[in-house]
Amino acid sequence: MSAVIEEHHHDDHHHGPDKGIMRWVLTTNHKDIGTLYLWFSFAMFLFGGVLALGIRAELFQPGMQIVHPEFFNQLTTMHGLIMVFGAVMPAFVGLANWLIPMMIGAPDMALPRMNNYSFWILPFAFGMLASTFFMDGGAPNFGWTFYAPLSTDYAPPSVTFFILAVHMMGISSIMGSINVIVTILNMRAPGMTLMQMPLFVWTWLITAYLLIAVMPVLAGVVTMMLMDIHFGTSFFNAAGGGDPVLFQHVFWFFGHPEVYIMILPAFGVVSAIIPTFARKRLFGYDSMVYASASIAFLSFIVWAHHMFTVGIPIAGELYFMYATMLIAVPTGVKVFNWVATMWQGSMTFETPMLFAIAFVILFTIGGFSGLMLAITPVDFQYHDTYFVVAHFHYVLVPGSVFSIMAAVYYWLPKWTGNMYDETLGKTHFWLSFIGVNVTFFPQHFIGLAGMPRRIPDYALQFADWNMVSSCGAFLFGFSQLLFLFIVIKCIRGGEKATDQVWEGAHGLEWTVPSPAPYHTFSTPPTDLKEAHG
Amino acid sequence: MNRVKRMWQLGLSLLLFSNVALADWSALNLRQGVTEISREVYDLHMLIFYICCGIGVVVFGVMIISMLMHRKSIGAKPADFHENTNLEIAWTVIPIVILLGMAVPATSTLRDMYEKGDADVDIEVRGYQWKWQYTYLDDDPAKEIQFMSALLTPQEEIYNEAAKGEHYLLDVDNPLVIPINKRIRFLVTAEDVIHAFWVPDFAVKKDAIPGFVHETWAVVEEPGVYRGQCAELCGKDHGFMPIVVHAVEQDEYDAWVAEKQAEAAAVFETVGKTWTQDELMSKGEEVYSRNCVACHQVNGQGIPPAFPSLVGQGVTVGDIQENIDVLLYGRAGTAMQAFGQQLNAAEIASVVTYVRNNWGNDTGDTVQPKDIHTQMASQ
Repeated sequence: MSAVIEEHHHDDHHHGPDKGIMRWVLTTNHKDIGTLYLWFSFAMFLFGGVLALGIRAELFQPGMQIVHPEFFNQLTTMHGLIMVFGAVMPAFVGLANWLIPMMIGAPDMALPRMNNYSFWILPFAFGMLASTFFMDGGAPNFGWTFYAPLSTDYAPPSVTFFILAVHMMGISSIMGSINVIVTILNMRAPGMTLMQMPLFVWTWLITAYLLIAVMPVLAGVVTMMLMDIHFGTSFFNAAGGGDPVLFQHVFWFFGHPEVYIMILPAFGVVSAIIPTFARKRLFGYDSMVYASASIAFLSFIVWAHHMFTVGIPIAGELYFMYATMLIAVPTGVKVFNWVATMWQGSMTFETPMLFAIAFVILFTIGGFSGLMLAITPVDFQYHDTYFVVAHFHYVLVPGSVFSIMAAVYYWLPKWTGNMYDETLGKTHFWLSFIGVNVTFFPQHFIGLAGMPRRIPDYALQFADWNMVSSCGAFLFGFSQLLFLFIVIKCIRGGEKATDQVWEGAHGLEWTVPSPAPYHTFSTPPTDLKEAHG
Repeated sequence: MNRVKRMWQLGLSLLLFSNVALADWSALNLRQGVTEISREVYDLHMLIFYICCGIGVVVFGVMIISMLMHRKSIGAKPADFHENTNLEIAWTVIPIVILLGMAVPATSTLRDMYEKGDADVDIEVRGYQWKWQYTYLDDDPAKEIQFMSALLTPQEEIYNEAAKGEHYLLDVDNPLVIPINKRIRFLVTAEDVIHAFWVPDFAVKKDAIPGFVHETWAVVEEPGVYRGQCAELCGKDHGFMPIVVHAVEQDEYDAWVAEKQAEAAAVFETVGKTWTQDELMSKGEEVYSRNCVACHQVNGQGIPPAFPSLVGQGVTVGDIQENIDVLLYGRAGTAMQAFGQQLNAAEIASVVTYVRNNWGNDTGDTVQPKDIHTQMASQ
């Protein structure tokens, strides 16, 4: 009886979203917040992309043409910060918000009001970060890794705003992670065990733990900088008895798990898409879970491979080399599992599948260069060259970013109720695929040939490939406007999507109508056969 | 072999449908270098590269076969398998074996690099924003050679007002000179922020960190000019602080050392004499253009607020002693360095005279090297 009354009460007050701007400001609905995160992330992706095009325009030819060296350093720094903290991370949080409750059969995230706060911190954090461009002395110019003492004693005054912005992003990430963990652990549909969860939920659970573990470390290191700059401490100032290398140890203790924070959810996305379009269950679900957990664990004990040249004793160099090489094993397992999933499937190649396959191939190439970088003696030659730039862009752009695009194409019909334009989607894929490779593949060459990273001008022997790389960057950059067009077109209309959308799709999110109603799973699902593919 | 190379070049050029001239195929790969270590590193690099290519061929090969054969459009029906314990064990164990195969040569190369030994020449390498200081250490301080090494490429070439020279951005005023076939030990440190001393042909890269002295070494086997760059972001002119090393025969090296030591003695003498205003101004201009122009600019206007203007304001038209002190000891918390470590008394005296009597600054002051010398010696 009481259940009936509650149902009635429910219907009276929650008939749909509020109207107008306040819907978005006050919303506690996981779908609205997911949408906010995704649009914010896309805006930051374009902003960071414009900064990148500034870099590539300057590097189109030898000589200084467009910007001055001090502004060039601001461009590289802000490009890195915006893309890592503003584009990639919020995009995955957006996907988590939209998908985790629907995948585990929960009505919403566990802590909806906190969910609202963790999003609305971000526009202020990045507004403040972006405002440093207009300050005396300019924006932060010490690289996204902000090594002390360049970022402390020698930094522009805007560094303090940068520190506060990082604190705000950290708070947002930690709140988001708590929400994800509590939701996954407490709000799964009755009967759904952990080992029945879709892999995207698993990888996000692990990612959330990584975030909670390392964001406070980042907060610690920027606070130490703040103390050095304003309160006369000498954590990183050698003249005061401090240690500039300490900065790097603390930073990379955050920084290495951070790179897995940006790739683990991508593994989850690809593990959802490939089985759908191969029409075959994911190969090795259990080993996928264990491999993700192993990668997360290893990420805590390999940080100094970013610092092979700082003068670590040989025993340390050898340990960090071996530990880093080990990461290749669980990562290999994942790639082999995806390939085995495709093997003897019945594949079709819609846009999400194209992006997912490109992810597997290009992420693997980034993995190969990562393995090369792990080998300490050769890393001395690669370190801080464009080879490193090529490596991490291969894992981040056709890695993380392609997986996000794959996810958007894959779930967009569920979100909007409309199919996107497949022809335009494929065009967007091929332009991006060509653009990304023309941009970043030549950077392997110029790195090996000896071009250091983060330089605004270069010797003449690097000219040819830099020009090629810049052309690719503009192709890739402008192709993303097509992506924007496709998404808007899909929101405004199009062929109606079915509930299942994709012939081979499995999972609870495909059991609700398209578009997904404002409230889903107000009563938990009972049929969990569909939970994971 | 050569024909194959050319066909590759041609193919690639066509592929890129551009007029990109692939001047030199070697511009695509790591260089072998001129030391035993650098060749070991190159071989290791190629070994890992080929292994990665091999794995790539297998993995991508299977993917491509699958994409061609297992398509719905040609009627492929999905199979039903989703696990296979033996297969999964195999693709966990085989990579471990391959990694062990990589770790063995990598460990041995690293041990060779870290092998400590007595050096024939000890050189302290000190990074400054944005130049290098080289000190040839000697038990007898009078025999120590010390000099700054900065970019020689003129601003006009960088700002496209003149044609770029052959060694654009990779040329310095005073190169490091070392004898071949001798063990050279580099003691790497920095004065302000972190830099990195990198000479690709020696496979030597070491971060130059304030408060630390790190050791690395090289035995160069072939005479020649070897060029490298700072490899750690160190501020505005990070891209403009190259490293040039001349490796020469022993007798040529000895002659160079003798010349440098004589030069040092001559400088010591000039400090003692009384200089005219013209002498100070012309020397000052030379010192300014080598050491100050990157920040304070040719016209003295600087790039405020980081690099203030020297014209008509501040210490350059104010108290002369304060002007000298700023130059000698720097300004804490700003980019202004302590040039007392880098310049000799004559250079300090002349550049102070220069900035106080140039760009319309008309204090009329002259500063004598011997006075600066007295002040520096008293510290």
